[in-house]
Amino acid sequence: MKDLITAEGTGAPARFKELYFTEALREALVEEMDRDPEVFLLGEDIGIYGGCFGVTRGLLEKYGADRVRQAPISEGGTMGVAVGAAIMGARPVIELMFMDFITLAMDQLANHAAKFRYMYGPQSRVPLVLRCAAGAGRAYGATHSQTLEAWVLHVPGLKVVAPATAADAKGLLKSAIRDDNPVVFVENKVLYQSRELIPEGEYLIPLGKARHVCEGADVSIISYSRMAREAEKAAGILAEEGIGADVLDLRTLAPLDLEAILESVTKTGRVVLVEEGTRTGGVCAELAMQIFEHAWDSLDAPIQRVTTPDIPIPFAPELEAAVIPAAGDIATAARALAEM
Amino acid sequence: MWLIRLFEEKVDQLFAEGVLRGTSHLCAGQEASAVGVVAGLRPTDYVTSTHRGHGHFLAKGGDPRKLMAELFGRATGYAAGRGGSQHVACYEIGFLGSNGITGGGIPIATGAALAIQRRKQDHVVAAFFGDGAANQGVFHEALNMAAIWKLPVLYVCENNLYAMSTPVREAFAVEDIAARAAGYGMPGVVVDGMDFFAVRAAVAEAAERARAGGGPTLLECKTYRMLGHSRGDRRVYRTREEEAQWAARDGIPRLRDALIRCGEMTEAEAERIRDDVAREVEESVAFAKASPVLPVEAALEGVYA
Repeated sequence: MKDLITAEGTGAPARFKELYFTEALREALVEEMDRDPEVFLLGEDIGIYGGCFGVTRGLLEKYGADRVRQAPISEGGTMGVAVGAAIMGARPVIELMFMDFITLAMDQLANHAAKFRYMYGPQSRVPLVLRCAAGAGRAYGATHSQTLEAWVLHVPGLKVVAPATAADAKGLLKSAIRDDNPVVFVENKVLYQSRELIPEGEYLIPLGKARHVCEGADVSIISYSRMAREAEKAAGILAEEGIGADVLDLRTLAPLDLEAILESVTKTGRVVLVEEGTRTGGVCAELAMQIFEHAWDSLDAPIQRVTTPDIPIPFAPELEAAVIPAAGDIATAARALAEM
Repeated sequence: MWLIRLFEEKVDQLFAEGVLRGTSHLCAGQEASAVGVVAGLRPTDYVTSTHRGHGHFLAKGGDPRKLMAELFGRATGYAAGRGGSQHVACYEIGFLGSNGITGGGIPIATGAALAIQRRKQDHVVAAFFGDGAANQGVFHEALNMAAIWKLPVLYVCENNLYAMSTPVREAFAVEDIAARAAGYGMPGVVVDGMDFFAVRAAVAEAAERARAGGGPTLLECKTYRMLGHSRGDRRVYRTREEEAQWAARDGIPRLRDALIRCGEMTEAEAERIRDDVAREVEESVAFAKASPVLPVEAALEGVYA
């Protein structure tokens, strides 16, 4: 965790504690709310229920209903309310219960939040964070299982963050809240129950910097969010076969850490890109093109991508598990490249 | 009100001459509503506006030169030429922005009011919108939230009887849009939008209620736009007779006559005001024409704070 910025500015934190991913997010919210009275929460069932996935548990009791503002089921209106509050200098953090519901918030997010700074100029800032629970794996069905980063990646003016670890989630959420731009913060719902080591004390992780998960010389595996964890597992499988995987967790999609991507690609010459989103027009398509534009003469093999196929996510757990990428699929793709 | 009328007529003329590009949504005829609302508020209050926002902007204190420069797409415009007619704001004077999405300003005004409430300030936000926007889903969502949270926001519906070409009788099953207020648990008030004094009084009352913690109000100003929805609108969806009827109720001569009758102003002074304003509008055009366009490189910047 050498790239963590501590409150003191230098050095790695000395001690760690074990927290659930959800608790790490909650700590970020608490720290930022304690630090800045303008930070407040908006969302459905974030009050006494503690949020659909428990992220805001206890916060109503701690901060009160004015600050933990529970909204009716009005994603479009709530998004607009957040925009209006943000342009007045407030820093709303909206919880979107399922990323699939971003469709309902899209006008205010894409036509307003994302464009105000450009159209209205420096007088206008929209410092909001839209926290989305994304991803499949809980058999919730097609409208509760999507990962829609590609949609928001396509909107100039938005930042898009997608942590893969609890430690990153905390540090990145803090940075996102302090950022003066609208940030779509993508949380994977399967990772919520992951119990992991978090550094003690306050730390921030900057947006736009990837995490180098493990070092390898043979093939680059580039991903983000839950798939970065699967990529890490795939690297373990490949290591047993003598194949060295260089795994990169992007952490932020916009702004993208192209430098880290190109550093890995020029080292290995072979690239597997992984996303949980569907294939056509997905994040990997964009990454592949940028790699091609900047480093095609470093490539020793065609770029591979491992994605969910172009289907709505099926409900049956067996079907869902079969269509979402996993470590085995990633290892298969990487192995094929390494053997070329 | 003359400033708005003459500004809009000048813009209409400039488009007809091919000098201005893009499109425009002019509010000539609706001046009493814009000016009456702003007059009923404090200068420190806020407004959100619509695609038809020149009147709201000028009423709130916008500089006609910078607004005209924006319509010309020049670097001296409010949005440096990057926004255009539908996307200008000046937070300094409490103008939170014109908006190219019908109804887009309604939840934004609601959120601004939420920020004010959280800070325990006593400002009020007025959200301008038209009859068309009252059918957007966010109208429903925003009014409900304002009501349950008792936010200091005034929802000002300028019902000019047509959403582009769609008449209200085809878009609403009720006669008054203000009737919807009951469904949200807030007062609904209908006012003659051509009567400056009536608008101002209604807004002042609603603003005081909001400031005292009494929550939002839905105000419906019955008004009429004299020109088309946008450029190239031949107004085939309404009759010249109807237009003449509303022109006879023009808010500007009505206000002028009232001020002269009660001794606030003489005929000569009224003429002088109009002449001064006409000159101001000409100056704004000259200012715009003399201003440069942003260099292209600048168009690639300023996406992020």
